[in-house]
Amino acid sequence: MIKSKAKLLQLTVTLTACAFLFIPTVMSVMAGVTANYFKGISSGVTLKWVFQVWELYADSIFLSLWLALACLVVTFIIGLPAAYGLARHPGWFSRVLEEFISLPLAVPGLALALALLQLYGTMKGFRTSWTFILVGHVLYTLPFMVRSILAVLAAMDLKTLEEAAASLGASPPRRFLNIVVPNAMPGILAGALTVVTLSIGEFNLTWMLHTPYLKTLPVGLADSYASMRLEIASAYTLIFFIMIVPLLMAMQWASSRAQRIAN
Amino acid sequence: MTLHLTNTAKTFSDGTRALLPIELTVKTGEIMSLLGPSGCGKTTLLRIIAGLETPDTGSQIFFDDDDVTLQQVEDRKVGMVFQSYALFPNMSVRGNIGYGLKMQKLAPDKANARINEVLEMCQLEKLALRSIKALSGGQRQRVALARAIAPRPRILLLDEPLSALDASLREVLRDELAVLLRKFNITAIFVTHDQAEAMAIADRVAVMDHGTIVQSGTPEELYRNPQSMFVAKFVGSAMLLDGSCKGKKLTLAGGVQDLPKNTTDELVFVRAEDVHISKKGSLTGTVQTTTFLGTHYRIGISGIASGVLTSILAGQTAPNIGDTVKVSINPEALLILPNGAHKE
Amino acid sequence: MTNRTFIVLCLVPLFIFSIAFLALPLIRLFLASGEGAAGWSVYLDILRKPRYLNTLILTVLVSLATTFAALGISTTAGMFLARNQFKGRGVLLSILTLPLAFPGVVIGFLIILLGGRQGLINQITPGHVVFAYSILGLFLGYLYFSIPRVLLTVMAAAEKLDPSLEEAARTLGASPYRVVKDVILPGLMPSLIAAGAIAFATAMGAFGTAFTLATNIDVLPMVIYTEFTLSANIAMAAALSISLGLVTWVLLLVARSLSGTTVAAGG
Repeated sequence: MIKSKAKLLQLTVTLTACAFLFIPTVMSVMAGVTANYFKGISSGVTLKWVFQVWELYADSIFLSLWLALACLVVTFIIGLPAAYGLARHPGWFSRVLEEFISLPLAVPGLALALALLQLYGTMKGFRTSWTFILVGHVLYTLPFMVRSILAVLAAMDLKTLEEAAASLGASPPRRFLNIVVPNAMPGILAGALTVVTLSIGEFNLTWMLHTPYLKTLPVGLADSYASMRLEIASAYTLIFFIMIVPLLMAMQWASSRAQRIAN
Repeated sequence: MTLHLTNTAKTFSDGTRALLPIELTVKTGEIMSLLGPSGCGKTTLLRIIAGLETPDTGSQIFFDDDDVTLQQVEDRKVGMVFQSYALFPNMSVRGNIGYGLKMQKLAPDKANARINEVLEMCQLEKLALRSIKALSGGQRQRVALARAIAPRPRILLLDEPLSALDASLREVLRDELAVLLRKFNITAIFVTHDQAEAMAIADRVAVMDHGTIVQSGTPEELYRNPQSMFVAKFVGSAMLLDGSCKGKKLTLAGGVQDLPKNTTDELVFVRAEDVHISKKGSLTGTVQTTTFLGTHYRIGISGIASGVLTSILAGQTAPNIGDTVKVSINPEALLILPNGAHKE
Repeated sequence: MTNRTFIVLCLVPLFIFSIAFLALPLIRLFLASGEGAAGWSVYLDILRKPRYLNTLILTVLVSLATTFAALGISTTAGMFLARNQFKGRGVLLSILTLPLAFPGVVIGFLIILLGGRQGLINQITPGHVVFAYSILGLFLGYLYFSIPRVLLTVMAAAEKLDPSLEEAARTLGASPYRVVKDVILPGLMPSLIAAGAIAFATAMGAFGTAFTLATNIDVLPMVIYTEFTLSANIAMAAALSISLGLVTWVLLLVARSLSGTTVAAGG
């Protein structure tokens, strides 16, 4: 199979990169179920740490799930009509708006969080509620939802399809529900999975926006890395992997499907 | 339903005058074709009738006595067949056909009966539950037609319905469409750039150019009696015989041609099927091209008029390129137009 | 309701949200940067005061190192995976792209598992080898989240590369090395620049990884964080954030105009 030195070198680089990415992940998983990491896996396999994490951090896991769900709902409600509006109203205004809402992809979360804190930090009721974190998550994930749907909508002849529906007697809202939404489904699905995956893993904004009573999963992770023994930190990471990896795989599948449809 | 347009014009926001003020009447049950080259305004006119474009102020559109000028497209009760068919990919054939009925809030049993009726009329019964993606071009066209006709529209509008099909299929479906449209017994407007299509399907053809209707009439009238050089050339590809007229004689580069009547300052055209290669011909030219087309040859001859003259030759053999041939044209077959029609 | 009204209505929620939670906060942040004791010269202070200037230089250097390392590794691996079909290719591809969704903190922790006091390297090598909290650890952390991003961009570009171009070069007598140099690399160049810009911008703004690893290293996000929380120097934190945001935004704008990709910054 390996024909030349060049191929061998390529394979070596690929495998080294894989090892670099994969070995610490495996170590983390192992450490999470090892009785005593310092002694190694021979000290026995246990779920003790996982249960301990559950006792300590179950709240943070539920908060993250809740936030991801709320974030999905909000990005869907704002993003779907917006993607439709952008697709049907091309022009400088739409381009600027799309570019503007994509700013959170480029600007570090830390800076966005500071900006939100500067403006809304003094509104105590809002500042200390979970909706403040939600705003941050929506800010970060909304462009993914909008672009994912927009890509699918842009690939079909939406205008003519709508004209056809209109000639058959459908009003604008009807056309939106009967024609736009069903045909945008692959984009909506890909967008939704992306939003949930990113929301569950979001740390940069959340760390700045959270309060001691509102810790999300990644905030809890940072907390455990700083203050807990390695086994607990690893077990917590393991729980995170179990949640995020299937989501990520589903997201990649849905995104490539949406892209295939878009082309 | 009778369609009546008065003073209907369209100026786009960039200032382009797509349509100059037009008067047009289409009688109940008549199948009218809007024929013209791309950019002549035919599709704009169709879209104005549908309500997909807003005409300039002062325009008026009547469906019988109903002024629909300000009505939104969804309220106009028109049936439209789009160039790309615009079938809804998220619905089955049945779903597509039933969509207009659903919008009319027709009772389900009535709607089902109507769908079945239309499916049968368009020979789509076996495809009813298929997805749109699983249909051939010809089947899609029939579904688009069935969908437009199912809600019993006041008028049927077709925008180049055959142009998305393969050339081999187009002719068959053209004749099929002509039969179907008559079966529906509905007022219909049909936009095309293909004169053969227009003549095969329409009762009456309106030839359009640069945003106006230059001539309208039955296919025979347009073919035999074009009123302008544009119509003569566009309908049936007439060729100009440019020479000098004197009495009943036309002197060309390749000889003298008899004319049916005295002419002085008029233009003379001829169609390829009336240009005969014959030993007794009074005109002489040189063969430039020969194209074998199965049933006949098409021969391009230079040296008679200033342009290349095309002749249809139904025979077993064709002359060789470079041969000198004699050509005869029956004077009665010539089209004679006043010179004022010269401007395009 | 006309069609146009409906379309405009559809854009209203997005418009309101982005004004309230993006435009206004950013304006507020910008104003806050000028409200400190130094006024607007706070932006000059970034370049004048050694603490900030050194931070800036260090951050740029680490980010540059990350960018070039990630480009080298991911281009090699990406081209190899794009051009060869073999058993286990899918697994390798999954391993190389899965870290996309790992937050920076988790990556920081993984680096600790590699190079921390109880880390793998320290255990299997003689002597005391701990690098997780050094600049090397930070570099490895940045590399960890840059590899998948660059890889995906490169592979997408490699798939779009017309194979007949390579074949044409081969029929004209080009050696495999010349084909890479004359056909493949020029073809990939826009994507490589784009991927490089993404990697650089992400590394510049990476907070999570720095938060776990750079407790003793002054990189830009950490300095912003400490200025804000510990020193309560809000004007400086705001000024640094604005500058950092501008740089990453411009870089990603360039990247997007070159390749049309939208890979999340984050980390």
